Amino acid sequence: MVFHYVNIKNADDLYFRSSVRNIYFYILLTYMLKAFHHIGKYFLLLARVFKKPDNYKLYGRQTINEMVSLGLGSLGLISIISLFMGAVVTLQTVAAIDSPLIPLYTVGYATRQSFILELAPTIMCLILAGKIGSNISSEIGTMRITEQIDALEIMGVNSASYLIFPKIVAALFTIPMIVVYSMFLGLVGGWVVGLYSGMLTVEDYLYGIRWDFKTFDVIYALIKTLFFAFIITSIPSYHGYYTRGGALEIGKSSTKSVVYSSISILVINYILTQLLLI
Amino acid sequence: MIEVKNINKSFGKKQILHDVSISFLRGKINLIIGASGSGKSVLTKCIVGLHEIDSGSVEYDGRNFSIMNFKQRKAVRKEIGMLFQGSALFDSLTVEENVKFPMEMYTKQSEEEILERVNFCLKRVQLENANHLYPAELSGGMQKRAALARAIALNPKYLFCDEPNSGLDPQTGIVIDNLIQEITHEYDMTTIVITHDMNSVMETGENISFIHQGNIWWTGNKEDILKTDNKELNEFVYSSKIMQKFKGL
Ligand SMILES: Nc1ncnc2c1ncn2[C@@H]1O[C@H](COP(=O)(O)OP(=O)(O)OP(=O)(O)O)[C@@H](O)[C@H]1O
Ligand SMILES: [Mg+2]
Repeated sequence: MVFHYVNIKNADDLYFRSSVRNIYFYILLTYMLKAFHHIGKYFLLLARVFKKPDNYKLYGRQTINEMVSLGLGSLGLISIISLFMGAVVTLQTVAAIDSPLIPLYTVGYATRQSFILELAPTIMCLILAGKIGSNISSEIGTMRITEQIDALEIMGVNSASYLIFPKIVAALFTIPMIVVYSMFLGLVGGWVVGLYSGMLTVEDYLYGIRWDFKTFDVIYALIKTLFFAFIITSIPSYHGYYTRGGALEIGKSSTKSVVYSSISILVINYILTQLLLI
Repeated sequence: MIEVKNINKSFGKKQILHDVSISFLRGKINLIIGASGSGKSVLTKCIVGLHEIDSGSVEYDGRNFSIMNFKQRKAVRKEIGMLFQGSALFDSLTVEENVKFPMEMYTKQSEEEILERVNFCLKRVQLENANHLYPAELSGGMQKRAALARAIALNPKYLFCDEPNSGLDPQTGIVIDNLIQEITHEYDMTTIVITHDMNSVMETGENISFIHQGNIWWTGNKEDILKTDNKELNEFVYSSKIMQKFKGL
């Protein structure tokens, strides 16, 4: 079963395959071939998504709707998470500093750097991948199995483009804003710790979050966010668009889309960090 | 006129359609009848290109649809209206927005003209007060009617209806049948209706094809259907015991 993709050619080949050690190789090969199949199909779908729109007015309206649902719909969750994470990061940094030689303003600095560089862009996008991703994939998946996508196609509409393009554009606009908002709230969370914990002063904290500030850090974070925003919308759209079967498969594709977009975010994050910061 | 020539269609190893050839006539209601699972929906989806056919060809008034590219197909599709078996209304839009959708996509009409046309279509399917309801708030039969209104919004040249009156009471069913008949004759459309319902077969059938296990088993009109000695067709038409006794099967 595992050997599905490989044809038997000769006795040597058979011997080679029968050795237990090589089974892992074949398993890996099967997975790789599957992965290439999906990656190819994903890019073919994207090629259809970026065709010229049929009707700019309808696309525009759809994009605004998506911005509202992607952006406003996520603000509550992101606010709570950012405030608490900002507070916890600050508390932990304070607690970790026990040498009097290290000035307390480094706490503010550490909170700021971790929020701007990683927590706001990467972690918030991972959370959004869960929230927005499962949403998009089940929405498009439902449209697929209830024949709504067929109905669009019959009208001559490029369904891939009409359904997916506005989501991608909306995400490219709103998610960076959400990330900036999350950076701000994270710092507010730290400030609250300064106010109420008694472990550091607000002055130290405020000095710390402005100390040695580099604009490029924010730009770097926003560049990453743009990539993540694309991933968060396009991968779940892909899984939703190719859903087959019934309600059960909708659930499956939404799970898959969250898993694959999270993994892609982490991998791309590593690559971009290597490229941009080093 | 739509001409289907020798099409075959399989899903994986399972062949659904076997060498199907039919002509659908212009200005007539062309019925496709057949048992559940015989391949009626698959056949229509092959004709409109939602499923790619394995072999054969489909011609819309002499234009060979099977060999067209995406852009050429799009031009033909703008002339097609289709009512799906499961309605396929867009859940996120109200009934009014659903019917508006094809018009907004392709016409340059003003808002008022579009709205007028929407109300006209909704009135013809007897859904006057449902403009602002969402599909989830409609009954199954109302969804069917809303979907029919959407299918006829752009005055299509070719109209496909997959079981337009299933889920409707007999009276509303006849209203819908009559509507389909009227617009077909009024606008000289090529209309294809899939149905199980013998009432509507006898009411509207002008060119009837009986499909059995993916084969075209019988074609004719509604007078022929009463006289035929085709075994499978008789079993389909006279499905109840009492009718079979009546017919002497
Ligand atoms: N996408 C698909 N993949 C695989 N098999 C399919 C697919 N669509 C339909 N089939 C199979 O094709 C056969 C015919 O299905 P079809 O939907 O055309 O039936 P039908 O004649 O429309 O029946 P009904 O009157 O119940 O709607 C069925 O056996 C079904 O299992
Ligand atoms: Mg069917």
